[in-house]
Amino acid sequence: MAHLGIDCLHSNMRNLFSRTLQTTIIFLVVGGVMALALGGYFSSASNVFTASLVNVQAWFSSRFLAVQDFITAPRDMASLRQRNIELEADNAELQAQLIQLQQQAGETQILAALLDFAQARPENSYRAAAVIGRDPSPFLHYIIINRGSNDGFLRGMPVVTDQGLVGRIDAVIADAARVQLITDPASNVNVRLQNAEVEASLVGSVTGDVNLDLIPQDINIEIGDLVLTSGLGGGYPPDLIIGQVVNVRSRDFDLFQQATIQPVVDFNHLSVVLVIVNFKPVDIAPLMPLP
Amino acid sequence: MRNLIALPVILLAVILQTAIVSRVYLLSGIADLPLVMLAAWALQEKVETAWHWALAAGLLVGFVSALPMLAPIIGYFAVVVLAQILQGRVWQAPLLAMFSVTFFGSVIASILSFSVLRLSSVPLPVGDVLGMLTLPSVLLNMLLAIPVYAVMRDLARWVYPAPEVE
Repeated sequence: MAHLGIDCLHSNMRNLFSRTLQTTIIFLVVGGVMALALGGYFSSASNVFTASLVNVQAWFSSRFLAVQDFITAPRDMASLRQRNIELEADNAELQAQLIQLQQQAGETQILAALLDFAQARPENSYRAAAVIGRDPSPFLHYIIINRGSNDGFLRGMPVVTDQGLVGRIDAVIADAARVQLITDPASNVNVRLQNAEVEASLVGSVTGDVNLDLIPQDINIEIGDLVLTSGLGGGYPPDLIIGQVVNVRSRDFDLFQQATIQPVVDFNHLSVVLVIVNFKPVDIAPLMPLP
Repeated sequence: MRNLIALPVILLAVILQTAIVSRVYLLSGIADLPLVMLAAWALQEKVETAWHWALAAGLLVGFVSALPMLAPIIGYFAVVVLAQILQGRVWQAPLLAMFSVTFFGSVIASILSFSVLRLSSVPLPVGDVLGMLTLPSVLLNMLLAIPVYAVMRDLARWVYPAPEVE
């Protein structure tokens, strides 16, 4: 029994010695390897190892990203489409604001020019009105403005812009008025040529052209001569600018010369006009001899 | 009561005419929206009468325009007469009838305006009127004819719905 106990003790001692030896050897080997690695002796081997690791990781990473892209791409497209719609809506709104601001800037420029014109002629009282329509008949050249008798407008009052004469009021209701343009075929304005100091009659036409008639044959008219209202007949105040002579027609067998006038006012783009409210037109019809 | 729809429709047409259509020129000619609408309305099969449409259009245009009142009234009545004559006679070709009424109606309205203004001593050279004004206006009216006919057909279907078949 005692012999058996001694054998067992010997065996345990051997096992303990063996495990301690193994642990010591492992530590020594590991420590040696670490010392060699820290000393740079394994750099080539470690480079190969880490490069392989990096390549493997890169492969997995690229595959993962590809799968992730595949899965998440539709969601991104949808969000991009939504974002695109929002941006397009913003863009449309900004475009509308831009147009509105440009329109306001244009109106401001027109009103500033009209104000300058009114201040330059303090003898007249002006009231502004917006052009809201044109005569529905192509035979006539009339515009409709948004102010009428409620604003003191009366039939016969002259209408101008900062550039020159537009026409005169033909009919009035409470909140609107109809203005006969000087281009109307029934319009007839007494004018004078500034350089030639001669008076003539300005008539409109169905095509919108403006012509001078009743110019005496002995008068020399130059192209570029300025045409102004003469004030004769009491229909318009004097010295309102109408346009310039662009063409003269003089034939020996005619009683009078004729001339084509380029109006200073662009009648196709009238937006705001001024009405001279302190001018009282004179009706000379009763003084005209009956035919 | 159905005929009362003429008032707002014609009023809208005259507003559009003065505010927009009269500013769109072809040479010196412009389209006549009330005339084309009147022609399209009068040609609809279900429409019982278009005389009051012509009267409303004539009065409104005569009020807005510097033309003597009689010219648009007579012109629009002439369009309705033309439409009554052609309605049903141009077999299965409503658009052809529409073009015919628009063409002849525009020419008649133009001749009427020309005559009335000449009687009022307004100088109007015939050549200028024909070449620069009447023909371009007729062309613009013909261009308006198809879309206006479609709109008025829908309006007629709404005002005169088809009876339900049981």
